[in-house]
Amino acid sequence: MDLTYTEEEESFRAGLRDWLADVLPALPAGPAPDDWPGRRAYDTGWQRMLYDAGYGEVHWDAAPTLRLIFLEETEKAGAPYVGANFVGLLHAGPTIAAEGTPEQRARWLPPVLRGDEVWCQGFSEPDAGSDLASLRTRAWRDGDCYVVSGSKIWTSHAEVADWCELLVRTTPVSAEVPKHRGITWLALPMDAAGITVRPLRTLAGSTEFAEVILDEVRVPVANRVGAEDDGWRVSMVTLSFERGTAFVGEVVACRRLLGELAGEARANGRWDDAALRRRLGRLSAEFTALWRLTQWNVSEARRTGGVPGTGGSVFKLRYSHARQELYDAAADVLGPGALDLERPWTLERLSALSYTIAAGTSQIQRNIVAERVLGLPKGR
Amino acid sequence: MEGRFGRDALRAAVEAPALDRELWRALGDAGFFALCVPEDAGGVGLGLPEAVLAFEEAGRVLLPGPAVATFLAAGDVEGAAAGETVVTAVEGELVPWLEEADVVRGDTDGAVPVRSVDPLTPLHRVPDAPNTSHDPHDPHDPYTPHDPHAPRTSAHVASLLRAAEQLGSATRTCESAVEHARTREQFGGPVGRFQAVQHLCADMLVRAELARVAVYAAAVTGDRLAAAGARLLADDAAVRNARDCLQVHGGMGFTWESDVHLHLKRAWVRAGLGAGARQAEEDLAAAL
Ligand SMILES: Cc1cc2nc3c(=O)[nH]c(=O)nc-3n(C[C@H](O)[C@H](O)[C@H](O)COP(=O)(O)OP(=O)(O)OC[C@H]3O[C@@H](n4cnc5c(N)ncnc54)[C@H](O)[C@@H]3O)c2cc1C
Repeated sequence: MDLTYTEEEESFRAGLRDWLADVLPALPAGPAPDDWPGRRAYDTGWQRMLYDAGYGEVHWDAAPTLRLIFLEETEKAGAPYVGANFVGLLHAGPTIAAEGTPEQRARWLPPVLRGDEVWCQGFSEPDAGSDLASLRTRAWRDGDCYVVSGSKIWTSHAEVADWCELLVRTTPVSAEVPKHRGITWLALPMDAAGITVRPLRTLAGSTEFAEVILDEVRVPVANRVGAEDDGWRVSMVTLSFERGTAFVGEVVACRRLLGELAGEARANGRWDDAALRRRLGRLSAEFTALWRLTQWNVSEARRTGGVPGTGGSVFKLRYSHARQELYDAAADVLGPGALDLERPWTLERLSALSYTIAAGTSQIQRNIVAERVLGLPKGR
Repeated sequence: MEGRFGRDALRAAVEAPALDRELWRALGDAGFFALCVPEDAGGVGLGLPEAVLAFEEAGRVLLPGPAVATFLAAGDVEGAAAGETVVTAVEGELVPWLEEADVVRGDTDGAVPVRSVDPLTPLHRVPDAPNTSHDPHDPHDPYTPHDPHAPRTSAHVASLLRAAEQLGSATRTCESAVEHARTREQFGGPVGRFQAVQHLCADMLVRAELARVAVYAAAVTGDRLAAAGARLLADDAAVRNARDCLQVHGGMGFTWESDVHLHLKRAWVRAGLGAGARQAEEDLAAAL
């Protein structure tokens, strides 16, 4: 594990710091949590600023260390979160970068980097959650289009997305074709005829995700990433980005939050509680280690051609639980204030309840670790 | 209890949170609030062990309203036993249902509204209420260490009744997780056949049953330290079972439509009322 930085990397860091110190104070306050058009505008506006300043492509940069420096510095400075750009920047984009044709890269990547287009993810279905490969949304060929019918669920940001990374079944399951075959990865334009988006309300009260009904939606064959029926392999590339690298910026955010918690505890007297102090101390060690793990995973990914490996499951498993514990500790610091939705952290504590479910549940991550990392026999 | 406040009533209440006075009177008619009021004073004349069972049911159905405070007031506040008068109390730094209640026990000077995490429990906060969680020897504190046999105070009973509600909730979320694990199919069969899911459910049952014996025993003995221990175990069971129930439900568990979050949010609120868990831990530690 190499933790030293080159001169070039250090000067990148210094330049970024200066730029952030310049622009962040002038940034307007973010929109209300449930104002999705407002959030889209805010998040894409921030991406545009990054792009104009020359940081737009940092997520695809050949040197992963620069990307880590970028995440570290932006989070430390309290810069806006990727938000609505999450799918486009952190997993649909990287998938297209790794698996797309030159034409596809030229069509889809620049608008993501400029903050012009927002992506969502249409993988899960009502009957295909953990068992993603059992998905049933059908697609059949009609000339130079696929015609797609079915339904997707839990599609985050579907209301404000321009594109959806969509998994469909192009060849039905049969005695010869197992469920993992016959799946295809498509880029679905969200304004196509036949798409109905029905917002679903989360336990945090917001309509962050939606049900997406597809009724004979026509998608050009040219929108297929990877070969027909080879979408399962492409989706594994997407998931390895999603689990392996998409959350790493948040680890830095957690370390910042810990500092804020300690400040609040000192101010309100809870710091006198030795058990709480010890708990915060332990969490600090935990998030520092998770950051190290991130650095390790990213440098490993460089060896495997930029696609993160199963180390992502180890990270995601530990990170999602640690983050929930962090908000539990925050609740302890706030005391009765933790029951007040106006206080910072209360809403975040609710949102964090999804971390052990979204992007593959903790149980599924444990299965992956057991089978693919530890080499145990396939479980029941 | 389920007949008076079933799932439809619960969901209707979530969409339009308000104190249901009709339900309150119905509970009064059924003798819920007067369970421990002596018969010669017009009550049912039962003891704490029976009250604990009733509150367990209230916790199970997520009965909204300041049931514990009204129950404790049944002997001396006119109309409380009948469910005509709704009574709430300052519980530590928090006051539930302050605006809706007819009678408030405790000093609510400077109370400010809180945007409550639980859609079914409006809250106010009394910022400079004596903070019982810092000094276990505080004379205002209902738990006095080293004297487990001092006469019961109402705060002690309130804490035990809330523990009973937590127990009811923990039992319900365990059942709900098991139901879902039996019926939700992935990978060609119910998800309950996976060891990972079985272990979540097994842990939930263990937590609920441990809390159950602690709550029942504290009710029978009336011992303060037993009540402190029961409260710790019941809070833990309610909060952690709700979280595991959410986990077993997958994406469905993260929705507003599902009842899981209502259990979790109420469990958080109950755990935040009265003298904190810290106090219970300190008392138990001081008695070692
Ligand atoms: C906030 C949020 C945002 C989301 N955003 C998106 C999105 O944008 N796009 C998208 O496509 N999806 C999204 N999802 C969906 C998410 O990926 C699924 O919820 C997740 O994969 C679990 O599927 P499920 O909900 O059907 O649960 P189920 O698969 O039904 O799981 C139920 C329970 O069974 C367990 N289980 C299932 N199979 C096994 C097994 N083999 N071994 C052990 N235990 C098992 C699970 O761990 C869980 O505890 C989102 C989910 C959430 C909560």
